[in-house]
Amino acid sequence: MSNKMHVKLNVNGEDHEFLAEPRELLIYALREKLNITGPHVGCETTHCGACTVTMNGKSVKSCTVFVAQANGAEVTTIEGLGQPDALHVLQENFKEHHGLQCGFCTPGMITRAAKLLEENPNPTEEEVRFGISGNICRCTGYQNIVKSILSAASELNSAKEAAQ
Amino acid sequence: MKDEITREDRVANLKGMGCSRKRVEDARFTQGQGNYVDDVKLPGMLHADFVRSPYAHARIKSINIDAAMALPGVKAVLTAQDLEPLGLHWMPTLAGDKQMVLADGKVLFQGQEVAFVVAADRYIAADAVELVEVEYEELEVVVDPFKALESDVVLREDLDLSVPGAHGPRKHANHIFTWEMGDQEATEQVLDSAEVVATEEMYYHRTHPCPLETCGSVASMDKVNGKLTLWGTFQAPHVVRTVASLLSGIEEHNIRVIAPDIGGGFGNKVGVYPGYICSIVASIVTGAPVKWIEDRMENLMSTAFARDYWMKGKISATKEGKITGLHCHVTADHGAFDACADPSKFPAGFMNICTGSYDIPVAYLGVDGVYTNKAPGGVSYRCSFRVTEAVYFIERMIEVLAIELDMDPAELRSINFIKKEQFPYQAPLGWEYDSGDYQPAWDKALKAVDYKGLRAEQAERVEAFKRGETRKIMGIGLSFFTEIVGAGPVKNCDILGMGMFDSCEIRIHPTGSAVARLGTISQGQGHATTFAQILATEIGLSADSITIEEGDTDTAPYGLGTYGSRSTPVAGAATAMAGRKIRAKAQMIAAYLLEVHDDDVEFDVDRFVVKGAPERFKTMKDIAYAAYNQAIPGLEPGLEAVSYYDPPNMTYPFGAYVCVMDIDVDTGVPEIRRFYALDDCGTRINPMVIEGQVHGGLTEALAVALGQEIAYDDLGNVKTGTLMDFFLPTAWEVPNYETDYTVTPSPHHPIGAKGVGESPHVGGVPCFSNAVQDAFRPFGNRHTNMPHDHWRIWQTANDLGLHD
Ligand code: FES
Ligand code: FES
Repeated sequence: MSNKMHVKLNVNGEDHEFLAEPRELLIYALREKLNITGPHVGCETTHCGACTVTMNGKSVKSCTVFVAQANGAEVTTIEGLGQPDALHVLQENFKEHHGLQCGFCTPGMITRAAKLLEENPNPTEEEVRFGISGNICRCTGYQNIVKSILSAASELNSAKEAAQ
Repeated sequence: MKDEITREDRVANLKGMGCSRKRVEDARFTQGQGNYVDDVKLPGMLHADFVRSPYAHARIKSINIDAAMALPGVKAVLTAQDLEPLGLHWMPTLAGDKQMVLADGKVLFQGQEVAFVVAADRYIAADAVELVEVEYEELEVVVDPFKALESDVVLREDLDLSVPGAHGPRKHANHIFTWEMGDQEATEQVLDSAEVVATEEMYYHRTHPCPLETCGSVASMDKVNGKLTLWGTFQAPHVVRTVASLLSGIEEHNIRVIAPDIGGGFGNKVGVYPGYICSIVASIVTGAPVKWIEDRMENLMSTAFARDYWMKGKISATKEGKITGLHCHVTADHGAFDACADPSKFPAGFMNICTGSYDIPVAYLGVDGVYTNKAPGGVSYRCSFRVTEAVYFIERMIEVLAIELDMDPAELRSINFIKKEQFPYQAPLGWEYDSGDYQPAWDKALKAVDYKGLRAEQAERVEAFKRGETRKIMGIGLSFFTEIVGAGPVKNCDILGMGMFDSCEIRIHPTGSAVARLGTISQGQGHATTFAQILATEIGLSADSITIEEGDTDTAPYGLGTYGSRSTPVAGAATAMAGRKIRAKAQMIAAYLLEVHDDDVEFDVDRFVVKGAPERFKTMKDIAYAAYNQAIPGLEPGLEAVSYYDPPNMTYPFGAYVCVMDIDVDTGVPEIRRFYALDDCGTRINPMVIEGQVHGGLTEALAVALGQEIAYDDLGNVKTGTLMDFFLPTAWEVPNYETDYTVTPSPHHPIGAKGVGESPHVGGVPCFSNAVQDAFRPFGNRHTNMPHDHWRIWQTANDLGLHD
């Protein structure tokens, strides 16, 4: 017990404090300590992206971050992107364009896509494909995921234009 | 009574068959609220992990668990010795063999389960795995199935050669079965006297379904009430319950199996794995719930592989290209235990569909199953049982025959298609194809891609390459496939003795909404969306008012599960039939309410109307209410129905695919310029979902054809045990696909649907492979084995002298 560290984490706007072994991975702290089970584990080796979350403004694979490294960080997971009565535009578009099947990759995929659209609000298809190439989907063949993201981008852009 | 809305609106409101209804599953999945096995968390739950063998073949001299047990937080370490008194150290496989649950005296493949560690959390469990000391004595390893059949090294010392196996006598200690179909003598006669004969040997490499979610289970034994609950990644939850009951002796009504949301299956989650059994035993031993989730490396190394078929073909034809006979022999590498997930009577699955879409008068198929020091399995990776192998075989043989005949392969296919008027068609290897209309589909595909234009472009490209103007060559991949899906019928197909029917149970609630439960389980196919559509059309209630439930054996009717594209052909049929029972009773209720004879009302979209007087009607909502609030003479109250459907035949979806590919001969990188996929899956329930299935299946086909492989070295080490080495395509490697369709309904299915989830994989693999091989055809290529990764493509170019 003695080698546990005191960790502070802000997840989806809520503060958490807990004890964790230094070797504990962020993904397990989220899933098992905080019951945030949106991010999934598909490989534990940084290849699949199912565990993708946003940490301090960057997409990270939470299976490759020690919770100790995340101490003091702000983390956003799929649970923090939208609410049942106010979905994120990506959540709407994934449904609209059949951008998911089994749903296992979806939380990581949408979380990554949300960051991608912040980094590049007007991506080309190529840029979308490159931008999500760290996230593997075994079900959809990506075509509808790409469609969903491009459609979300154009919706966001029209909303921005309308606001100006 | 005036009808407020038009009939068209009423049809639209139903969201029934044929519309691209958005998926009801998506709300939870897009918001991170799915409930997968690893999300199950119970009070006091323990975590388990396996000690696995580093060797492919070794005797176990001793296992010392003392150090592991001494680690704080470790609750139990199970070995075969602990399971033996319960009779659980071995378990039956789906293929009539048996398999060690935990290593009993020896290990037979790398990654085999040796001991099961149970601890307070996953980290302690992993630490304890390291502390279990196992002393091994290495034995000679056999990874080559041909050598296995000559070797003195006996893999399965537990088996007695003089006792026949599940599929007849065995010829050698490492031989499992010989399976033969067709007329060998007649086929050989035809081949011997044929005008043209093409022969080819091909290896369909070992691969793995690799769904994004690995396998796992959570077992919870409630000792007070004697009830066991088992959550798991199960494609066939009801069969798991039966197996768990037979093995454990716990009566079946005291076992509840729950398959919650499943993160993709593709065949990987059909079988019963040692982890499931061990988690049950561990929960009984510790009295606490036990969770076992495998990691990716364990998934690739130990749970069911796919393919690994060495196929030898001979095909004969007239000079004009009419095929006269086909001979196929397969050496099937099944690994250490025969754990193929095929119906019991079919040790090589439906490999006998290998005459494909062609009218071949005579054929023979022989398959020899062999033990090697590799992981057990042999599942249908996104296909019906071994159909991918069969279709790959025939579609390669056609290409090779076309080379032999110096004929265009598209034309060769046209000459040999089974004609529309020949259906139902009796194939030489035993199947009766229910329906098909191949030529129009083929013509549509060739026209859509401008096939003639592509061939002209390819010829020009060859010349340009020869002149040194380009380093890119061009391939046109063709495939025309016929699938066989939807097992049953019960008289032919069973799994561990359970007939392969399926089921649906419907309850209509008083206010006109409904719940329907099925014996299948979605792993991403969207059953909750599409089965509600079938029902909406059948019973006239909106799909939005119908909940579909699957996967809980306490509530759902018994069914054989989801694999081999059997959900729509079998459970979909059960759904329609149960719906029709509801409708039959509704008709009587309507007639009573309208005060006419039963025969004087007819069903119209969402209501029963009096014949000839459509203004007099009762909607299904009215009828549902009446079923519960009126005493109707001669009728029981309530509105429920159940159907167990035993299909009279399988269904035979088909399709025509074309892939256009450019290959850089210096890097070996293939670039998919175009992929056109025409699928005929009979009646189409939800075009959006069908298209999604096609995209996904094609992408898994791309993976298998262009790089995905479970490879072993000579010592039986798995060389592709992580996602670093095991190819899963990303968005970057995958093209956009063009999809198309024709509709040839199944004549025996209640709604004419045939199933589609696997077609694109079955047809896609030969299409991608043929594209690569076609690119090299003008330079003398005849056949090269998959996977066509960059290195192998480069090697082919090099062998053909294209780098000179
Ligand atoms: S689980 Fe983190 S990348 Fe796969
Ligand atoms: S939807 Fe299944 S892995 Fe992407």
